[in-house]
Amino acid sequence: MLRIIKERLHQKYRTLDYPNRQPALSPRYMGRPELAQVACGTCRACFAACPSGALLPTAGSEDGTPTLDMGRCTYCGACRAACPKGAFTFTGEHRMASFTREGLLVVPGQPHVQQPTPARFSMFRRSLKLRQVSAAGCNACEADCNVLTTLVFDLGRFGIDFVASPRHADGIAVTGPVSENMRLALLDTFKAVPQPRLVVAVGVCAISGGLFRDSDQCNKGVTDLLPVDLFIPGCPPNPWTILDGLTSLQK
Amino acid sequence: MLFDYRDTVPLSGMPPVSVEEMGDFVRRYVSEGWRLLALFGLPQSSENNAPAGLCCVLAQDSSHYLAALRTEPVQSYASMTPATPQTHLFEREIFEQWGIEPLGHPWLKSVRRIPDAAEAHARTSAEGGSLAAAPTSEPKPYAFFRIEGEEVHEVAVGPVHAGVIEPGHFRFQCHGENVMHLEIALGYQHRGIENMLLHGPLARCLPLLECAAGDTTVGHATAHCVLLERLAGCVVAPRAHRLRRVGLELERLANHTGDLGAIAGDTGFLPTASWNGRIRGDFLNTTACLCGNRFGRGLLRFGGTAYDLNADECADMLARIKAAGRDVRGAVDVMLHSQSVHERLIGTGFVSKETAQNLGLVGMPARACGLRLDARFHFPLSDLPSKDCAPRVENTGDVLARTLVRSNEIDDSLRLLESDLATLANIPALANEPAQLDASALPPHTLAVSQVEGWRGEICHVAVTGPDGGFLAYKAIDPSFHNWPGLAMALRGNQISDFPLCNKSFNLSYCGYDL
Repeated sequence: MLRIIKERLHQKYRTLDYPNRQPALSPRYMGRPELAQVACGTCRACFAACPSGALLPTAGSEDGTPTLDMGRCTYCGACRAACPKGAFTFTGEHRMASFTREGLLVVPGQPHVQQPTPARFSMFRRSLKLRQVSAAGCNACEADCNVLTTLVFDLGRFGIDFVASPRHADGIAVTGPVSENMRLALLDTFKAVPQPRLVVAVGVCAISGGLFRDSDQCNKGVTDLLPVDLFIPGCPPNPWTILDGLTSLQK
Repeated sequence: MLFDYRDTVPLSGMPPVSVEEMGDFVRRYVSEGWRLLALFGLPQSSENNAPAGLCCVLAQDSSHYLAALRTEPVQSYASMTPATPQTHLFEREIFEQWGIEPLGHPWLKSVRRIPDAAEAHARTSAEGGSLAAAPTSEPKPYAFFRIEGEEVHEVAVGPVHAGVIEPGHFRFQCHGENVMHLEIALGYQHRGIENMLLHGPLARCLPLLECAAGDTTVGHATAHCVLLERLAGCVVAPRAHRLRRVGLELERLANHTGDLGAIAGDTGFLPTASWNGRIRGDFLNTTACLCGNRFGRGLLRFGGTAYDLNADECADMLARIKAAGRDVRGAVDVMLHSQSVHERLIGTGFVSKETAQNLGLVGMPARACGLRLDARFHFPLSDLPSKDCAPRVENTGDVLARTLVRSNEIDDSLRLLESDLATLANIPALANEPAQLDASALPPHTLAVSQVEGWRGEICHVAVTGPDGGFLAYKAIDPSFHNWPGLAMALRGNQISDFPLCNKSFNLSYCGYDL
């Protein structure tokens, strides 16, 4: 017993007073991307370098400047390395969640606009219980959801919890590109959640299929299967990104 | 054909043998202490429906030698499983992928066709899912192993488990609280990675394999890069080797720390459970200092690493590792000194050395059964010194042994990291960019093997190139593929309430198995 108390004194109190204090992330951490407006000409180096097809031609732009889709980006930095003009910047900003799919598009030269929380989420302000469903997630997104219940993040103090039964839940948090073999289980779990219910897509696989978009065994994420209320991009999203996303439902 | 593990083998150097000869060869070698690394279907060409033969790779840990054999295309053959249980899952996989039937296989069924596949397919057809038009085999109920009798009952769990965890389906055959048999049916995580590797551009293979098992990102990425480097004959700078080892050992530390916390949690010993959850994050954040990603995504690239550390960054990492190392040592020691934890762990989930050997277990669960297997020492990736380290072996084969192996390996990893980071700080960074990979640089008709000791155990990648240097076959074998049957055996004779502990002590990957 004395040994435990002694060790307890050593380990100290580690919960971060988020969001009043912001987390210190590694200087190499790649957060919300920003695109500078440059003259691309015929250069398509970034398109060729991107392994996940996250770059799309910008609507209304003639010279093919890219728009970065955070719903597909795996944050590998290949575009940044390939661009001869240095148009790509990955900021240290961990707040990336969006209530709409279009909110994940990063257009060159356009600053990021803060989204107001839709009024329909007000009933979850004090208590939000989620059933996590891994639908062919590689375990990185799952691990970073799981870690929110540890003492650094202490998800419970926000009134948010991951629960065992869909019957106890207000919604589901989906990870993974939804393999064909998990499709049935995912849809059944969703149906078991009482209404009104939420769907949170965690990670780029759940949003768009990510690297597995082209696989004949996967369903391009949960977006086409269920109505998604919150998109949390990343591969995997940093736990602070997930926490910020979940707490944004409560504003 | 015998060869050193670092060599590649031209297919012309391994002429096809008959299936009977391969069966004899495997049986004889395994009885002499060799291990089966891989057994897979090798198609004649990359065309659809090309006829396939079998290809096997075996390893001898004591001599650092590998053996590879292939056959002509076959339709069926006499199963090797009755004589060599190590081949059990491989033969089922080949049957599922290629339709090559192992005659006399004791338990022939699919590996990745899920138990409710028939219903899933019917629903998909009705609702028009992505595979709605795909042909499916005859809808038959999945043949779970069943025990019948008075007072025998069955417990079914999954695919969606109670926690935040990957999906799988477990069937316990119980007599009261006692488990007579556990059957594990996976396949829910099947994403078709191996198939994508064959078709996609080479540049996409590394990101895909980094996602093969999310918690083993650096392990699979290293195995892939080493494989390509062996094929292309590319020499990696010693500094890059060291940086890769830093990534691998950080991964081992993070996962062992997390698992020890989970084991503590399942014994009801909450202090360690709570602290280790945080300390695991400290190690992951240290990995993020290296490459920006907590799981090590993007750290590796063909020919080296994508990131380097200067002296200041090394000092910063060293300080972080020392602090987290002190924390984890203290947290785990508290648990190991607790009599109640010992009582709960000792004798639980016992696997005998003989069973481990027969099933071909690898990595930490094998070392807990007294098998001296560790690819870091038997098949080293480079000639870096492993100061004061050796494979950590325990002999009791229970959850306690697996806990102790983990705890000891934490010490080893910390020592290795400290010496590696000190060395890195003293050598100036490399100026030149690592080599660029050109797909046409891969030699045609060649087989190469890479083995990396990931935190879970030995990761083995095998590639065979076709006439144009593209992959004819690419097998990525996660240690989980060998070790899931070990978990099933560990449960026999235990109580069903022991399952969480046994499961945490193995902590196997679902998607690494399903690929």
